[in-house]
Amino acid sequence: MSDGATLNERLLLEVARLRIAFVSGRSLLPAVDGVDFQVAAGETLALLGESGCGKSATALGLLRLLPAAGRVAGGEVCFEGRDLLSLPEAEMRGVRGGGMAMIFQEPATSLNPVLTVGHQLGEVLARHLGLSGQPARERSLELLRAVGIADAERRLGEYPFQLSGGMKQRVMIAVALAGNPRLLIADEPTTALDVTIQAQILELLRQLQAERAMGMLLITHDLGVVAQMATRVAVMYAGQIVEEAPRAVFFSAARHPYTQKLFAALPDLARRGGRLETIPGQVPPLAEMPGGCRFASRCEYAWERCRRQAPEWRQVAVGHRLRCHLDALPDAGASAGVAAAVEVEEAAATPLLSVDALRVHFPIRRGILQRTVGHVRAVDGVSLELARGRTLALVGESGCGKTTVGKAILQLIAASAGSVRLLGQELGGLAGKARRPLRRRMQMIFQDPFASLNPRMSVGEIIGEGMGALRIDMQRQGRAAAIAAVLDQVGLEAAAAHRYPHEFSGGQRQRIAIARALAVQPDLVICDEPTSALDVSVQAQILNLLATLQADLGLAYLFITHNFAVVDHLAHEVAVMYLGRIVERGSVDEVLRSPQHPYTRALLSAVPSARLDAQPEFIRLPGETPSPANPPTGCHFHPRCRQATDACRERYPATSVLSATHSVRCHLYSQDAAR
Amino acid sequence: MAFLPVILWSDVLIWLLFVAAGVFGWLSLRNPLWRTAWQRVGRSRSGMASATVLLVFVLVGLLDSLHYRPRLENDAGHLASSDAVPGESAAGKPPAAYAVEVLSLLDAILTPLRTRNEKTYSEPLATRAYAKESIESRDAAGELQKTRDYPRLKHGGIHLGADEAGRDADIGQRLLRALALAILAWWALAAATAARLAHREACAHREAWRRIWSNESDFAWNAVLAAAGAVLLVALPLGMLAVHYHVFGTDKVGQDVLYQVLKSVRTALVIGLVTTLVTLPLSIFLGVLAGYFRGWVDDLIQYLYTTLSSIPGVLLIAAAVLMMQVLIDNHPQWFATAAERADLRLLALCFILGVTSWTGLCRLLRGETLKLRELEYIQAAQAFGVADLRIIGRHILPNLMHIVIIALVMDFSSLVLAEAVLSYVGIGVDPTMISFGTMINNARMELAREPMVWWSLAAAFVFMFALVLAANLLADAVRDAFDPRIAGSA
Amino acid sequence: MLAYLVRRLLYALPILLGVNVITFALFFVVNTPDDMARMQLGVKRVTPEAIEKWKAQRGYDKPLFINEAASGSAVFTDTIFFSKSALMFAGDFGRAEDGRDIAREITSRMGPSLAIALPTFVIGLLVTVSFALMLTFFRASYLDFWGVVLCVAMMSISGLFYIIGGQFLISKMWKLVPISGYGGGLDAWKFVILPVLIGVISGIGSSTRWYRTIFLEEISRDYVRTARAKGLSELAVLFRHVLRNAMIPILTGVVVVIPLLFMGSLLTESFFGIPGLGSYTIDAINAQDFAVVRAMVFIGSVLYIVGLILTDLSYTFVDPRIRFN
Repeated sequence: MSDGATLNERLLLEVARLRIAFVSGRSLLPAVDGVDFQVAAGETLALLGESGCGKSATALGLLRLLPAAGRVAGGEVCFEGRDLLSLPEAEMRGVRGGGMAMIFQEPATSLNPVLTVGHQLGEVLARHLGLSGQPARERSLELLRAVGIADAERRLGEYPFQLSGGMKQRVMIAVALAGNPRLLIADEPTTALDVTIQAQILELLRQLQAERAMGMLLITHDLGVVAQMATRVAVMYAGQIVEEAPRAVFFSAARHPYTQKLFAALPDLARRGGRLETIPGQVPPLAEMPGGCRFASRCEYAWERCRRQAPEWRQVAVGHRLRCHLDALPDAGASAGVAAAVEVEEAAATPLLSVDALRVHFPIRRGILQRTVGHVRAVDGVSLELARGRTLALVGESGCGKTTVGKAILQLIAASAGSVRLLGQELGGLAGKARRPLRRRMQMIFQDPFASLNPRMSVGEIIGEGMGALRIDMQRQGRAAAIAAVLDQVGLEAAAAHRYPHEFSGGQRQRIAIARALAVQPDLVICDEPTSALDVSVQAQILNLLATLQADLGLAYLFITHNFAVVDHLAHEVAVMYLGRIVERGSVDEVLRSPQHPYTRALLSAVPSARLDAQPEFIRLPGETPSPANPPTGCHFHPRCRQATDACRERYPATSVLSATHSVRCHLYSQDAAR
Repeated sequence: MAFLPVILWSDVLIWLLFVAAGVFGWLSLRNPLWRTAWQRVGRSRSGMASATVLLVFVLVGLLDSLHYRPRLENDAGHLASSDAVPGESAAGKPPAAYAVEVLSLLDAILTPLRTRNEKTYSEPLATRAYAKESIESRDAAGELQKTRDYPRLKHGGIHLGADEAGRDADIGQRLLRALALAILAWWALAAATAARLAHREACAHREAWRRIWSNESDFAWNAVLAAAGAVLLVALPLGMLAVHYHVFGTDKVGQDVLYQVLKSVRTALVIGLVTTLVTLPLSIFLGVLAGYFRGWVDDLIQYLYTTLSSIPGVLLIAAAVLMMQVLIDNHPQWFATAAERADLRLLALCFILGVTSWTGLCRLLRGETLKLRELEYIQAAQAFGVADLRIIGRHILPNLMHIVIIALVMDFSSLVLAEAVLSYVGIGVDPTMISFGTMINNARMELAREPMVWWSLAAAFVFMFALVLAANLLADAVRDAFDPRIAGSA
Repeated sequence: MLAYLVRRLLYALPILLGVNVITFALFFVVNTPDDMARMQLGVKRVTPEAIEKWKAQRGYDKPLFINEAASGSAVFTDTIFFSKSALMFAGDFGRAEDGRDIAREITSRMGPSLAIALPTFVIGLLVTVSFALMLTFFRASYLDFWGVVLCVAMMSISGLFYIIGGQFLISKMWKLVPISGYGGGLDAWKFVILPVLIGVISGIGSSTRWYRTIFLEEISRDYVRTARAKGLSELAVLFRHVLRNAMIPILTGVVVVIPLLFMGSLLTESFFGIPGLGSYTIDAINAQDFAVVRAMVFIGSVLYIVGLILTDLSYTFVDPRIRFN
């Protein structure tokens, strides 16, 4: 590319007034309503938005790959000077994969399960480069190496199910790159991946983009990913782009009220223990978009004009434009949460919950007679204590056994060994009936608000179920009044009791799930990733609710999560799990501010921060989490640890106590290593 | 009393099913998820049109499921007097005698069709028999003369008298009258529908009319009306002509084919519906048990259904039916009337069909239960210590019902088709029971006759096709509305 | 993978045993041999002597499970269960009412059955899969809509009518091929072609619709979107990606019936007078020949179980997840 090339010459993609609608019965529901943006070679435009805002539909619309019900209702898509929307289908196929390639969110389902990696790569090479046979094979190997897959020869003949999640996404990227596209559309490329793998993939994408001077359209909901990847950012809300700015400007001087709210809703250290900003209300449904500004109903600055007239684009600085009637925001700093950190009194003498050497092993059966040949050590000796009114965060990547710990505590899964004591009483040996009084002391909130409520029961029935099963006497006020009271506690109206789960949004459903748990007045609530399926603004509402409930009712939370921002915001203590064991635990400050275990450090460094200045140096973890069926000898972490020594390879480290609350299992800190 | 009610087992079951369907429908309308699913069915035009047609079939079947034995009329006055003072009949007079023959309400309505039997084959709408016979007659001179000719039918077109040439005109006239009546009836029906809709949606009559036909109502009234129109257009002319002619001809023993076809409907319905009374409890109970409790219960149930399903269906049915025949033949004392025997044989066939066909649904329900029991709302219930039976009743069963409903409607048509094949093979219903299968079985050699006798087969074909097609279309509509994968994407 | 297959094979044994017990119970426990004798002999000829003679001729005069009169292993072997049920595992099916050896009869009748059933199966599969692929390709168009309507209409017609109609049209009206019968050698095609044609046509409706559903389900998956995003043509997506994945559910339903082809079709064979196993079964049912029906039930189950094992085997070819695990 010559130096004299102007921006316009390097412009790859120009989208103007793009409108996309979905057929529903006899009507068309607009999902994308007049979107304009450009992507130039070598730059990354991040399309940021919450679920349902139309960002994925936009991406699919560019490639004309909308699902059967989708229609491009109007607008222009110009790619390298060609109008894609009027291109014949045969020519469009040349653009797909050749000019513009796309990678998708779910690597597990986006690859064809019955074709080899080599086949799926070769298809693109044959289609766009006319390669076949040996040259195609060599090019495939090159591509696999380029995306960081070791042992490429072997992988070429393997099927997707033989690859780990991160590797599948690497193959997906290789497939996308195979046709030498000038523009890469990445639709939530790391959302389904663990944070350490996410960091690897994001690094890979950055590096490939720089090498190939590709343009990239990155679709994401994660401000952290945006901070790491984007050149420019466009924020989408309800089918429209509401603000667009270069990255630096975006993170320092975003002006649209919605963008501001997105930042404010993110939990982080500054607001620990305080309340998070939330966006009241919900995105208006597709069928009944308001005539004025689409955000007006949820905007605290909205005035009469906002509701009447839709704002037009306004240029406020170079490359920074927004759709808002507001000239300047009132001082945003004033509304920041008051960090009224309510420190709960130190724990009482006896902990509420104490778990000792808990093990959950699942047998692996093989062979003709299905004999047990080994065990998946999902939980392998976990001990922890939790006091009334405190929150313990159990952190780890997928497959580390954190959810199993929660279910074993609730006796939903039988423990193989170890003890679980609630209020000093052992749960393991109790029969069903004797367990009942203890059951009401602890409850669980699940991850997926859509799978955790029975669609065929009314909200009242759902909430009342526990009261009935645990024979909780409600004579004083009656069941209906009790249900109404609980609904009120979680911020829902009493009338909700007569409605059914499908009438509620994700956040509201999670409130119902919380109400169900609260209905039996538990002391301990096990929260299994309660916000990971929710949008940031809704997550903030739920986190606030949980904090209020803890303050009011003195609940103890065992908070199972992979999200460090949430941990930071709400936990008192943190335990980090790796392959069925707790590798480091301590108070939230100790673990998050001065992590000691190499795994904890790597994990923390991989979390993309939503701020430009705060990103610590990324500690790259090689490989992926091994299978708990066959953990490495010695310290489970040693194959991925840069500081591993011989001792690490031989035996599992004992617990080293660093302070009254802080302990770690690593040979770096053990007594004999120090000697 | 002029009749003695006879309650056959299949009558009981079919009315029970009718009531159960009503209760279930009422219950399911109270739950909004079910209601929206049924509303989706209601919006499906093909579904509602076929439901209308099916309703007519069901009506015929229900009329045919009210049985009685008529009182034998020993002397003319006897019947009248006992009617007047029913209480005394037992005291003074000899006990009333009732016919051995069991009739149904439908038989009573169709008395002209049932009783006016010819000697043998006659073509549809014919006035004379299909084959020549030697006829003895006396000529003018009083000589006995033997001629070979097509003999005049005893009943078909008898009202014409000697004017056989006027048959076509007569038929045409009756058809026209029937047509006019059908159109009139249809207009009345359509107007009533529009009036009801106008009342319900509080709009003008004209507006309601427009909504019905421009497909803007929430219920596919246009399809219902169109189907009702078609039914009227077929039923009224048939009824008009059937009084004086054999519309579909007569069979080998001179029985009216239209009568046979109408009687076949009940047999088909019993086979298609009562069988599910056997399959549903078995497959729901065992499927849920296996999926929910897993472990050895699951192993045992899986073994059971794999073993059963590994015996090819027809062969298992054949073996079972053979054994049932032996059983029935060896115990004639069990049955008071031939109708009872045929009825029990029909039910036994349903039972055998049910026992051999529950495995598929059971496997499906087991798989779905396995999936459901891992869902978080079930775990939440378990965390409350809710009893297993309660979890099954409140959480699992309601979420399986859509599969059951889909299976129910899908199985109906295949069972009706199976009955025909089994009866043909000789392992179906009792040979004395009129069904599509026995009709086809009796008629299959008739195509080979010269000249060919085609009308029994054609009539059976048309009615069976209409019934099965309607059932299939309704099944499609129900599946589309209830299957969460399909309903979700639409 | 080998262990997987051996396990499936071992699993077949208890099932076969179960089938054997079920048939035994059906034939000898529901009705006593005396009842069967009475039925067979007819009301008029029933005398205690005649019944005894009938039973002795067929070996039904022994005790059911344990022969206390015998000694040694004969306590168990000289019983109805052993001689009539257990021996079936060894291929001994006894004799039919007409005195012929059932096992020999079966082997000689398999050929004609297969001559009809195999071409029907292969051609039917090809026709319906291609038809379903075509409907899938033109999905949500008028062609698709009317294709499905045609399928539903075709599956609403009883198989009996296909046969009756086909025989009437092709053989009686147009006189193209003989109406029924069977001959060996080169002339066989004349007798085979009509039953095969009718068999194929009568299966089109339901099979096509079933395959179309499978294809449509596959086509909505994520990997199909990936394939389209690669720039592949719709046909390439359909054949290279969708068909390959759809093979798995299709095989589940298809492979299992392959061994059962030996059994022939009851209807087709009886209508066309094919001397195969299907008509043998039908004749046995009509003659109430219990020994033959029992033998056919057993063979049918054996073949079905062979089909199940073949299905498992075929998965290893189309599904790498099973091949490598």
